[in-house]
Amino acid sequence: MAAEHTIDALGQFKLTPVLGALGESVNFTQSNLWMVIAGALTLALLYFGMRPRAIVPGRLQAAAEMAYSFVYDMCIAQIGPEGKRYFPFVFTLFFFILVGNLLGLVPYSFTYTSHIAVTAALALAVIILVTLVAIFTHGTKFFTTYFFPPGAPKLLAPIIIPVEIISYLSRPVSLSIRLFANMVAGHVMFEVFASFTVMLAGSAVLGHLGPVIAIGPVALNVVLVGFELLVAALQAYVFAILTCIYLHDAVHLH
Amino acid sequence: MDAAIANIIAFKALGAGIAVIALAGVGIGIGNIFSALVTAVARNPSARDQVFGLGILGFALTEAVALFALLIAFLILFT
Repeated sequence: MAAEHTIDALGQFKLTPVLGALGESVNFTQSNLWMVIAGALTLALLYFGMRPRAIVPGRLQAAAEMAYSFVYDMCIAQIGPEGKRYFPFVFTLFFFILVGNLLGLVPYSFTYTSHIAVTAALALAVIILVTLVAIFTHGTKFFTTYFFPPGAPKLLAPIIIPVEIISYLSRPVSLSIRLFANMVAGHVMFEVFASFTVMLAGSAVLGHLGPVIAIGPVALNVVLVGFELLVAALQAYVFAILTCIYLHDAVHLH
Repeated sequence: MDAAIANIIAFKALGAGIAVIALAGVGIGIGNIFSALVTAVARNPSARDQVFGLGILGFALTEAVALFALLIAFLILFT
């Protein structure tokens, strides 16, 4: 039985409806359920964290304040004083991705950021917002100066303009695939090493030696969990800071 | 199992192996980022906080390229 164990690496990303017949009728999958949980956790952190309003913060309040000021400082540093207007958007985005990535590391949970549909929707929201901000603050000047910087030689226009347009349009693609690929690769690696453990422990060739060698992949998985914790936070940070950089471009035109 | 299916499985493994050659470039890239980071901090230790964030950002962006290659390898292997 275990000798024929095959690595089903992508099966963990399959969506199944939850909450019985009601969930099935509206296609409420476990992905959506974990999104709701992530939203509730973020709201709970902010609500219960900020309720004491102590001058000397307790642990929960300190965590909420640190999270707030971390994203706030990032917005101001990247976008400039105008960053205040976009702070709620960046904060929401950062926490949705961060909590989603971290919840995905809980055993038996589901990582909704491992689906390209989710990350692509987030990236499209970012890029549409950036384009709208640029158009509303600069009007048509945005198109003429952004895709062809003033001062560049006119002769280079046929090269610069397509390159700038392609790089602008590839932003949502790279933004969404980066997050999705990071999450999928991490979880597939967990699955692969866990399968190695099962295969080694049940191996007929190795006999009693199998379970001893099987400790290796388990130890590696423990290390990987630590690494994935880093990646989860880092990818949320990268997504948020790239959003800020794009917003800076939109507000200040390069 | 006939030879054709065995061949397909063998070539899948080969393809996955070839797909991760891209990691050589990523290794060089990440090495470059951290060597530049170390140099920058060594020359001006007071700039550490600002430079460190930039270094980590560069690391994450480069690592994403590695994961694109890894993802292609996984897709070849498991689908």
